[in-house]
Amino acid sequence: MLRSRLSKVACAAQRAFSTSPKALAAKQMTVRDGLNSALDDELARDDRVFLLGEEVAQYDGAYKVSRGLWKKYGDKRIIDTPITEMGFAGIAVGAAMAGLRPICEFMTFNFSMQAIDHVINSAAKTFYMSAGAVNVPIVFRGPNGASAGVAAQHSQCFAAWYAHCPGLKVVSPYDTEDARGLLKAAIRDPDPVVVLENELMYGVAFPVDETVTDVDFLVPLGKAKIMRPGKDITIVAHSKAVETALLSAAELAKKGIEAEVINLRSIRPLDMQTIFTSVRKTHHLITVENGWPQHGVGAEICARFMEDPAFFELDAPVWRCCGVDVPMPYAKTLELHALPREPDVTAAALKVLGKK
Amino acid sequence: MYRNVLTVLSAQLQQHVNRALKRFVSCTAAQLPRPLAPGHEEASVVRQEPYVEEVRLVRIFLEFKLYKLELGPDTLVALTAQEAALYMKQLLAIRRLEAASAQLYKERLVRGFCHLSTGQEACAVGLCSALRKEDNLVAGYRIHGLAYLMGATAKGVLSELTGKASGCAQGKGGSMHMYAPNFYGGNGIVGAQVSLGAGIALANKYRGTGGVCFALYGDGAANQGQIFECFNMAKLWKLPIVFVCENNNYGMGTSAWRSSSNTDYYTRGDFLPGIWVDGQDVLAVRSATRFAVQYAQQRGPLVMELCTYRYAGHSMSDPGTSYRTREEVNQVRQRQDPINRFRKVCLDMSLLTEKQLRIIDQSVREEMEQAIQTARHDEELPLSHLANDVYSGNCAELKLRGVHGHNLEHAHSKATSIHN
Repeated sequence: MLRSRLSKVACAAQRAFSTSPKALAAKQMTVRDGLNSALDDELARDDRVFLLGEEVAQYDGAYKVSRGLWKKYGDKRIIDTPITEMGFAGIAVGAAMAGLRPICEFMTFNFSMQAIDHVINSAAKTFYMSAGAVNVPIVFRGPNGASAGVAAQHSQCFAAWYAHCPGLKVVSPYDTEDARGLLKAAIRDPDPVVVLENELMYGVAFPVDETVTDVDFLVPLGKAKIMRPGKDITIVAHSKAVETALLSAAELAKKGIEAEVINLRSIRPLDMQTIFTSVRKTHHLITVENGWPQHGVGAEICARFMEDPAFFELDAPVWRCCGVDVPMPYAKTLELHALPREPDVTAAALKVLGKK
Repeated sequence: MYRNVLTVLSAQLQQHVNRALKRFVSCTAAQLPRPLAPGHEEASVVRQEPYVEEVRLVRIFLEFKLYKLELGPDTLVALTAQEAALYMKQLLAIRRLEAASAQLYKERLVRGFCHLSTGQEACAVGLCSALRKEDNLVAGYRIHGLAYLMGATAKGVLSELTGKASGCAQGKGGSMHMYAPNFYGGNGIVGAQVSLGAGIALANKYRGTGGVCFALYGDGAANQGQIFECFNMAKLWKLPIVFVCENNNYGMGTSAWRSSSNTDYYTRGDFLPGIWVDGQDVLAVRSATRFAVQYAQQRGPLVMELCTYRYAGHSMSDPGTSYRTREEVNQVRQRQDPINRFRKVCLDMSLLTEKQLRIIDQSVREEMEQAIQTARHDEELPLSHLANDVYSGNCAELKLRGVHGHNLEHAHSKATSIHN
């Protein structure tokens, strides 16, 4: 029920404020189907692509993202692994070094900690250590961050951790267009890419036009998207927090404040040019993320402003809205207040603008 | 009584025949002794040089131990004069390469980690001699000899140690990160290379190359969880991989019997068959590897334990005497040195003469000298290359972040790919 309400809000927000061309003359596609079709396209296009992970084959995917793929492509291309993240992540990296293009699914990114040595030391650093002799064209994907009621060990956001490391590219899709385009671009990328999906977004449908369903539709890595243009304040977010930002923008609009909402899409590299350009227009900035505050995505954006002439475009300090600095609680009310909600973002925006 | 006499006589005849067969088998394959050239001064002292195609049959000294295998590797192997010369050269080259590495380290031209494989040369030479062009190798960090045999030249190895641009990774990797065709490093994280090896084997199977991947690890790494994860997946998916434990009896300062509740590493694969090999015998290692290549291709993964010994410490920071006695090290040097043992086989079997050995030694010496000079005097990569090869393509950032700002140019100075 919550999801269908969010779905409606998202669609309303999308339709009213999206800059996607032909947004009104579009069909609905869930994020899950966007990912599924991306996998299908790329498996069909390149023989070297294969998917491995827990339950990806015969179960159709723990979250049904890989539904139908095993039936279509068989055991060779869609591989069910035992519950041995460190082993199968290493196997995936080795296969990439040897010339294949594996997609390694972590059932959630929390379990990637079991295998993080392979993501960083085996995948990210190898091209550099080998002076360009061995590249690692691998995709690590799976749901990231908070879900609903899954408690502390299953709710961590890994955007900051992975985006910290050179050698990796890190993307964080929000809607269907993002998910489909970024995953396709990630699979075609010659370097290791971490794709941080979000479980709560899988079932949300967005309007997509025919260019998105094209087999060669790609969303470039390292480029943010302006979801909603505005002139008074810039709100930067990624993944699920984009929805919170859009809801807040709708609220601010009622008060006559036009917020420009930027969907980062990529965390590494970070598209600071789009943010700088926006701030040159609005002179105010807040960031929204569901991850923890310390050394987070918002912290990085603030730091970059310190080091760029765009700093002088700011009329007020930058505020970050982050997940509360606690392990995720289980109880519903506590969990709700452990993440930034629309009122929090709206309050931050008003504070930064100096308005009541 | 009549029958007894017959029995005794036939038994004696049988013994004669057996002895004759043994002599035949252990000496030569249908080669009659050649007459010496007239006026040949050294005729009585030095054996004549054998033809390169001359072959001898050699019996492997220490039997293989088999685990869950009915039949094991050949215990009677053929060795040609050409092979003898080649293996001798490679053994001596690795010995000298490691000596050069140690020397350069003492001169402080090599920094950080430097793990020598002195004493373990037969493992590298025997293993690599049995690899086909479609097979691959991945190993840990004691890899100078392996990298050399797989195609990184002596110059490539030594310059990489001294961090020069002529290093096999242009000085970006160092001692533990050397790559060569079909050799995927050079990996610093203990045990990680085994998972990578299973992935390479998966790629071989996926692409139908018929290649087998050899994933090397030590006795210290043998207890790593991910290795057991890979045993499971390799067996489940019938990956063409051979797990090779180079058991030199010490994981850094911890002996195998202090780290492992089961030191029979060739049995640790549980449901995977295993072979114990005398790692100080080049021909034993080669025979086992040949067997393993066939087995892995046809029947699936197996484990090979090469029982070996390192004379040096764990690394150049470790004298190697606090956890073992000097007597032990000396004993192995005297009785089980791989080079001495192979030299003896070659001389005893008349596959190499003393003179030929001297020539081989000399050529190895020269090769290493040249490489040492380059490693000493070559240039490092210029600073402008600091940010190269972080990404291989499709990087949205024109400049990478330096100390102060986004001001580092970065390019892709792609070295020759190691894929065949």
